[in-house]
Amino acid sequence: MKQAISINVNGVDHAGEVEPRLLLVHYLRDELALTGTHVGCETSICGACTILLDGQAVKSCTMFAVQADGSNITTIEGLAANGNLHPVQEGFWECHGLQCGYCTPGMIMTSTQIIDRNPNPSRDEIRHGLDGNLCRCTGYQHIVEAVEYAAKKASA
Amino acid sequence: MAEKYVGRRIKRTEDPRLIKGLAHYVDDIRLPDTLHVAFVRSLYAHAKINGIDTAEALKAPGVVAVYTGKDIATKVGPVPCAAALPDLKVPDYRVLATGKALFVGHPIAAVVATDKYTARDAVHLIDVDYEELPAVVDVEQAAAGGAMVHENFGDNIAYKLTSGEGDIDAAMKAADKIVSQKMVHQRLAPIAMEPRGVLARYFPGEEELTVWSSTQIPHLLRTQLALMIGIPENKLRVITPEVGGGFGSKLNVYAEEALLGWISIQLGKPVKWIESRRENVQATIHGRAQVGTVEVGVKNDGTITGLRYNVVADLGAYHQLLTPAIPTLTGLMLSGAYKIPAIQMNVTGVFTNKMSTDAYRGAGRPEATYVVERVMDVIARELNLDPIEVRRKNFPKADEFPFHTATGLDYDSGDYEAALHKALDLSGYQSLREEQKKARDNGKLIGIGVSSYVEICALGPSQAMPAGGWESATVRIEPTGKVTVMTGASPHGQGQETSFAQIAADELGVDLNDVTVIHGDTGIVQYGIGTFGSRATAVGGTAVLIAIQKLKEKASKIAAHMMQGEASRLSFEAGCYTKQEAAAASVTGKSEPVVPVGEGPAGALNDVPTPTNGRNKITIQEIALAAHVAKEIPPDTEPGLSATYFFEPKNFTFPFGTHICVVEIDKDTGETKIIKYVAVDDCGKVINPLLVDGQVHGGIVQSIGQALYEEVVYDEQGQLVTGELMDYALPKASQIPWFETDRTETPSPVNPLGVKGVGEAGTIGATPAIVNAVVDALSPYGVMHIDMPIRPETVWKLIH
Repeated sequence: MKQAISINVNGVDHAGEVEPRLLLVHYLRDELALTGTHVGCETSICGACTILLDGQAVKSCTMFAVQADGSNITTIEGLAANGNLHPVQEGFWECHGLQCGYCTPGMIMTSTQIIDRNPNPSRDEIRHGLDGNLCRCTGYQHIVEAVEYAAKKASA
Repeated sequence: MAEKYVGRRIKRTEDPRLIKGLAHYVDDIRLPDTLHVAFVRSLYAHAKINGIDTAEALKAPGVVAVYTGKDIATKVGPVPCAAALPDLKVPDYRVLATGKALFVGHPIAAVVATDKYTARDAVHLIDVDYEELPAVVDVEQAAAGGAMVHENFGDNIAYKLTSGEGDIDAAMKAADKIVSQKMVHQRLAPIAMEPRGVLARYFPGEEELTVWSSTQIPHLLRTQLALMIGIPENKLRVITPEVGGGFGSKLNVYAEEALLGWISIQLGKPVKWIESRRENVQATIHGRAQVGTVEVGVKNDGTITGLRYNVVADLGAYHQLLTPAIPTLTGLMLSGAYKIPAIQMNVTGVFTNKMSTDAYRGAGRPEATYVVERVMDVIARELNLDPIEVRRKNFPKADEFPFHTATGLDYDSGDYEAALHKALDLSGYQSLREEQKKARDNGKLIGIGVSSYVEICALGPSQAMPAGGWESATVRIEPTGKVTVMTGASPHGQGQETSFAQIAADELGVDLNDVTVIHGDTGIVQYGIGTFGSRATAVGGTAVLIAIQKLKEKASKIAAHMMQGEASRLSFEAGCYTKQEAAAASVTGKSEPVVPVGEGPAGALNDVPTPTNGRNKITIQEIALAAHVAKEIPPDTEPGLSATYFFEPKNFTFPFGTHICVVEIDKDTGETKIIKYVAVDDCGKVINPLLVDGQVHGGIVQSIGQALYEEVVYDEQGQLVTGELMDYALPKASQIPWFETDRTETPSPVNPLGVKGVGEAGTIGATPAIVNAVVDALSPYGVMHIDMPIRPETVWKLIH
């Protein structure tokens, strides 16, 4: 039995009917064609599917779309306001914070929360904040630098 | 003159699409009417399949088809193995199990449905009648006898091979002491963050099949799929869209790739399969998995006289593309960074009821480096020498290159002492040792580990490779002056859209932004080998360079014609051909005005090119337009401006370096913390230091994973215990120290760029540095060796 939901994603209202078991990540990717949010593990470990749900970094692979009914979601596609890169996106580019790019959307979404909560995080705090996101390419150091760059840029 | 791009920290041109979420990995490609495939996979490590009941699944709404081994047995060819070894036993590896399942995750049936949820549901409606058989799990037991993976072979031995040069028995006799150590290289899962995925679309009218696959080898895959499916190779197009990491795991030809292609042909519709992480740990290749004993003959002063390594390699149930060849790479690198007069490896490749092992980042070389660098520390302890001194004693000197090893290789160039020296300086080694002593006096466990590694890269000369070791490039300057580079390499995170553009922009004297690098589409790009074995820049980048040099030969002839001069009397600089007399004149300020680079001809094809008579300078981009318009080119000259080159390297390259790791062990918990990490790597000439740093960091973290956290665990029944990322422990950001990196630069004479390769250095060089540090920390307890991954529990038991 399908269920009606209405969700605002990246500033656009979407209303529709979905299967109760439809995962939020599949709603975003398959129903809304927002394929920037990736699936990496299906168990909430890797964080490739991280989005912002009402401002909080959430793993969309282990949440149902119906649970997000009525919420405001930001995905990676919605981060660059008016075509200007978000400071975190800029940081990832400047500091070579990505290689294959698959974990990157989730990393970026988590990083925005890190600097939202703490505008001037230490390296240890950044690393701790990134622990729910796995990267197999970069060895994390350039990601830490990317977040430092973004924090500096955002508070400038 | 424009600043050169090569050697600079240029940020990547591929990044904007990736950081905006606008890139397309396989699962992001959406075709109308796509059907979704899910697999029934064996629940058992070893079982007879007495029957498969698909009736319920076929009745389910949305299920379109179910295929089992019977359906494809005569239709789809076996999964190929490209490794050729003497007397190698090669099992018949069908794309779906027929008769028996030989590992957990072995595909048994494929379900096709209108959406992925329905496909996954239907998997559970298929009833497989299993008859469980004894599983062959432990590799040493499997080698010794007992239950068999393939009964038709009579035992579990896939091959035995002895390699090496020199009189090993005499070398051992000449030693004052024989040092011996058994070591386990545990099974690892590559875990690219993007699992594998395939989308196949058959065009019944054109009789053409397009396969999108997350692979490192699009062209080799096309050839193999054509053979497996029986479709003409020129009717098959393989496209690798964005690939979310490979680390060797996508340097392969998998059952699912062939099956999806075949199913699409059967159904005349696009079909998609995206691997779940559980499937990825079960049925994507694993790496390492060797158990061996090294014996080294040494003189009392630390001079090595000979090295023997007896090893059993756990191959898994079947051969994937390179499975049996991986341990032979171990044999090649057993000389490490040292002069060892005699070396022998005796390897036994063994079948077990597990997923195949194959190339995982480093592919056989991490095992060799670990054996050599670990045993150097054992030697130091046995002889009461400093580990640095034992290494120095046996290094070849910088003037001894090219250096022939007793494993049959010729190391191209090197200065091992220089890298070691720099690493010692950077880490403050002497003061570290003093701090360690003080810490020990205060009851703290600090350990310092060193690893001086050499790796073999730029794979490689075709003679040494199963299917060609060259790489290709086509470079074309379009009529508007934009440069298209097509590489046969297939980057998947390494950043070669940027680094190859740097090479091209410098060689052509054009703006970096005017260069686009295209890869990973067999319908567009000339045949190529792919990206693996730290080869893309050394082999593929060189192909780009030489293709441009060929293109410029032609361009200079056109330039001479256009300026009514002689090609041999033109100079080329900053993208301009200049008459030499004009170049001389320009010094005195009399030259013609120049069209600035990047603002070259932008007109359409029918525009009349700028009149060139009487000009002394012309840009290569103007020449491109002239070459396409073809009104002003020399007689007997082909129109257009492009060149293709297939570069065949004469040798491998041999990057090297020294890593130093400092750990602190918590006595109460047994937990190891890396508190300092210094890496000095020499990968020859560097195209883009930013990318090199990224490769080094990422490689070291995979080493940290192997040393401290990761292991694919099968239980006694062959059940996969670490089947998800909840159980298979990848390193997290907070577990990783800050890396201090530096470089020495010894150009390779093997290619004109002087580059060596860096993709695997970290994974090869770092593991022994970490383990050596832990063993060093535990040396007050008499610990001489510890197997990986070094779990807190193991350490705690050793302390208490």
